[in-house]
Amino acid sequence: MSDALRPDLAIIARHVAQGARVLDVGCGDGALLSALRGMKGVDARGLELDADNVAAAVERGLSVVQGDADTDLGYYPDTSFDYAILSQTLQTTRRPDRVVEELLRIGARAFVSFPNFAHWRGRLALLFGGRMPVTRLLPERWYDTPNIHHLTIDDFRALVRDRGWTIEAQWFLKGDHETGGANANLMAEHAVFLLRA
Amino acid sequence: MVETAEHHDPRYGIRRHVALPGPLRLDGGALLSPVEIAYETYGTLAPDGRNAILICHALTGDQYVASTHPLTGKAGWWTRLIGPGLPIDPARHFVVCANVLGSCMGSHGPASVDPATGQPFGMRFPVITIADMVRAQGLLLDHLGVERLCAVVGGSMGGMQALSWPTIFPDRVESAIVIASTSRHSAQNIAFHEVGRQAIMADPKWRLGHYYMDGDAPTDGLAVARMAAHITYLSEAGLTEKFGRRLQARDAKTFGFDADFQVESYLRHQGLSFVERFDANSYLYITRAMDYYDIAEDHGGSLAAAFAETRARFCLVSFDTDWLYPTAESRLIVHALNAAGREVSFVELKSPFGHDAFLLDAPDMNRVIDGFLRAGQR
Repeated sequence: MSDALRPDLAIIARHVAQGARVLDVGCGDGALLSALRGMKGVDARGLELDADNVAAAVERGLSVVQGDADTDLGYYPDTSFDYAILSQTLQTTRRPDRVVEELLRIGARAFVSFPNFAHWRGRLALLFGGRMPVTRLLPERWYDTPNIHHLTIDDFRALVRDRGWTIEAQWFLKGDHETGGANANLMAEHAVFLLRA
Repeated sequence: MVETAEHHDPRYGIRRHVALPGPLRLDGGALLSPVEIAYETYGTLAPDGRNAILICHALTGDQYVASTHPLTGKAGWWTRLIGPGLPIDPARHFVVCANVLGSCMGSHGPASVDPATGQPFGMRFPVITIADMVRAQGLLLDHLGVERLCAVVGGSMGGMQALSWPTIFPDRVESAIVIASTSRHSAQNIAFHEVGRQAIMADPKWRLGHYYMDGDAPTDGLAVARMAAHITYLSEAGLTEKFGRRLQARDAKTFGFDADFQVESYLRHQGLSFVERFDANSYLYITRAMDYYDIAEDHGGSLAAAFAETRARFCLVSFDTDWLYPTAESRLIVHALNAAGREVSFVELKSPFGHDAFLLDAPDMNRVIDGFLRAGQR
């Protein structure tokens, strides 16, 4: 099942502990939760904005609630999960900083994955094309993108530093493959962080 | 339509009725004994007893959930969800549906005979609550040999029962499916019900509820009550689409008070056909039970506290055009369940049909219910 997972989800799936309690915020159709349930026997819960995705996830037998990361996380009690996961959703939230704060309140640890806006291809497109980059990972145009808070790996590290959170682990992706941390802000298309408060 | 299998055990099958000894202690303090319950079952209880599903009906619903209604001749009211090849399938599930306490389709209600007087109870019937209905269902399941439900399912007032079930019988239910429902009756909900009750009680034929002996029931008042309530079951857009301002079988306004508009004619028909099958006093009692319903109030004002002892999985479904029990009410329940750490799924589905959407063709609802029920069988 993990073979079919998106690369960032596969990384997360590999590093979640057996039998953990997991909340996937922005869980889509439940692909990751379903894999985690199958591979790791986790107690899987999800939050998802889109009704069709929720229906698909519930159809898979997952406990998924239709709701909004910006407004609905406050109802979960402190440390009610071992991991809170936010994959490819951070850049779509109204207040990414508060969402991560909530993840670290609800979960003992948080996985956060996002596309890196400072990847060299995007930089070149902006530098020479003078237009907002449209890439494989960021395929939408500026006016119809759900990504309202573009960020770079260095931006995220700065936020983590400012808030005094701890990075326990980090992974970087180029295409579908993992890449080294050196120069990640320029070379990586995608980042996955494991944080704790 | 569900096949009516032959059962050797007289407890099982369609058109069942039982007088249980009880006694049932009601929330209002009265003791009810015996407790008469009319019900139907479909399918066969598995040897391990793990395939039982209780269906809870709405305010004016009944136990004929998947069999032909004896008075109207119409198909069961939830044959879109229950039947061969459907999410709830008598080939796999043992399905139970009972007429609620206070109703008029064979279960104990104001039209039942009071053993103390030999006359129908009328308004001497004790006021009942949603929790009383649930406890009566518990007695019925004892009688049927069902220790544990794999699911309790209901829409609207049926959803109130389904939501209450795990709070009252935490060890007897594995999952609850709560559709187009709420955890409490709002001021607006109570207000609409009060209009209906006043319409009944303002009918001179109501006579303080003593109308059974001559059979001259307050049907005009009950019809008006139904008309007012029926509006709350539909959406503004749905009414506009179905009727708009179109005139009923005429080319021009009559400058009178006949049913000029199609929507008037439709509502009058709804009112008139309703009184054929429903008792006015039952309408008073059941609307009262719904108005008294507030799960949080029963648990020190905290909805999360209400779910603290529950162990069931929950599935909530709301419809975007339902203004009787809007999505916000379902969210309130979901947030409380999250706060209590319970397993919960929730989705708001799109439908043009308002509150009644759960009774109509709703493929997405069926999809969600099917997935949720199958997850429990893993």
